[in-house]
Amino acid sequence: MEIEARIRKSLGDFKLDVELTSRCGRIGILGASGCGKSMTLKSIAGIERPDEGFIRIGDRVLFDSAAHVDIKPQKRNIGYLFQNYALFPTMTVRANIGAGLKGSRKENSLRVQEMMDKFQLSGLADRLPGQLSGGQQQRVALARIMAYEPDVILLDEPFSALDVFLKDRLQRELIEMLADYPGIVIMVSHSRDELYRFSGEILVMDSGKTVVHGQTKEIFARPRYREVARLTGCKNITEIRRLDSHTAEVTGWGVRIRTEKTIPEKAVAIGYRAHDFVPMWGERRENCLKFRLESMAELPFENNYYLLPEAEDAASWEEGAAHEAGNAGSGAGNTFSRAEERTICWFVQRDQMTEMEERGMPDYLGIREEKIMFLEDQE
Amino acid sequence: METVSELLRNLDWSPLFISLKTGIVATFVSFFLGLYTARKVVKASPGKKAFIDGILTLPMVLPPTVAGFFLLLLFSRRRPLGIFLYDQFGIKVVQSWLGCIIAATVIAFPLMYRNARAAFEQIDVNLVYAGRTLGMSDWKIFWTVVVPTAGPGIASGTILTFARALGEYGATSMLAGNIPGKTGTISQKIAMVIQDGDYGTAGVWVAIVLLIAFGAIVLLNLLSGKAMKNVKRW
Repeated sequence: MEIEARIRKSLGDFKLDVELTSRCGRIGILGASGCGKSMTLKSIAGIERPDEGFIRIGDRVLFDSAAHVDIKPQKRNIGYLFQNYALFPTMTVRANIGAGLKGSRKENSLRVQEMMDKFQLSGLADRLPGQLSGGQQQRVALARIMAYEPDVILLDEPFSALDVFLKDRLQRELIEMLADYPGIVIMVSHSRDELYRFSGEILVMDSGKTVVHGQTKEIFARPRYREVARLTGCKNITEIRRLDSHTAEVTGWGVRIRTEKTIPEKAVAIGYRAHDFVPMWGERRENCLKFRLESMAELPFENNYYLLPEAEDAASWEEGAAHEAGNAGSGAGNTFSRAEERTICWFVQRDQMTEMEERGMPDYLGIREEKIMFLEDQE
Repeated sequence: METVSELLRNLDWSPLFISLKTGIVATFVSFFLGLYTARKVVKASPGKKAFIDGILTLPMVLPPTVAGFFLLLLFSRRRPLGIFLYDQFGIKVVQSWLGCIIAATVIAFPLMYRNARAAFEQIDVNLVYAGRTLGMSDWKIFWTVVVPTAGPGIASGTILTFARALGEYGATSMLAGNIPGKTGTISQKIAMVIQDGDYGTAGVWVAIVLLIAFGAIVLLNLLSGKAMKNVKRW
């Protein structure tokens, strides 16, 4: 089944303008809080009304502002899993699951029983939602949605209010429960891990706009824009100046990088993941940078180092800084402070720590070409 | 002691029944009207909300005699509406039991409306959205999800409305008058017998009113206490 959605809506200063067309069954929407993710989902479900746009699922047009089509949420056949599950507090589990069913009493009770068996809720049939654990509530909410066989299921930040341990378990459970669901599932989240695990395709949103849309793995590997790199969890994003097709000056770090492959012409910045640096001792080689340790944090399974780059010669540093200053206003998603941009995050996992323990802090950090993500400005 | 039992034996019980009947009917009307208007006001835009809420709450804050004045102005048989009702349907509001009901309803209604509105505004809007995406009609969502969830607030509104309607005096005496056996409610009876200096009879009625009012409030506390059994005591 295919979903097509174009949604425009103004709320004061905020403008939502998203487009999504996909044949993928598992779609993720990634974006920071307040970027319009939930609004997009609510518009698809019919809870919010777009100012203009078009929403189609398969061959059913649900909303078309030009043709004055606006199907009621009751008729859209779209399930919506709310962050707090929105179980009806005065109804038992059984009544909650059957709340939206339209068939005869007997059909409904059979359907409810089937759902309770499937979601392992049979022993809880007469409990009220307030007497259930978080995991049980999620199962009831999903059973309630599945009971009436929706074409699409929308998950609105399903795990954001949970503690880490429970979150991990519920994520696995949810993916399992949805495994044999034939329809489209769209999950909205600000957590890259959740979406990486869950979705085949991903749509990245920033302040109401679609930034990129594509295969999840592809977007994490090549984020293309600064905002996308950051949302996919890239810790190091810094300006570059392209000198020629194989060299660029990383102005924020005061080093030059040389590459085998061509540097894209539009590249104005690079992203480099904190786990991808290579520690180097001894002679300085190509594509590596000198640093000064600023601070570190020891975590259970990795050490995080926060470093400041040390420019090799003052001249290139000055030049770089001047260039940076000139560039300051140009970048679209370029709102973070300079100092923050210059701090380099380097995360070292436990199993790589032994060498560090033997030889001490490395002299240089190597930058691996294949791990560099070249970033452009958004049009 | 003998005087009390003698008083009770000779007592004309009609005020109790008139008051109870009036209270029950006024509560019934206020209940549905209150839920309905509360629903409408919750949905309204902020500006409209402030305005409509003001009008609906006025009878609660104004002296009942002011409400009585307006009701008389409206229903008097020398006024267009009063003339129309009497000529077309033979309905008489002034000096009739209907007047008792209308006066009690107008005065007590804001209690129902305000409690219901406060309860509705506490409702997690996602419950309503969830109902809609599950294919439930707005009518079904309202009666099976919203009203039960707002239960404690609605219950307290209902009981306060009943207690208020039961004891209404000012507007009732102006609109319905104090016709023994017809519009003579308990509160009017008390005022009347006090004027005659009959403190014994007044005392009996006061005791009855106290019992009913206290009973209603205890009932209210029990009802809402059940819903709030998880609230910490401090």
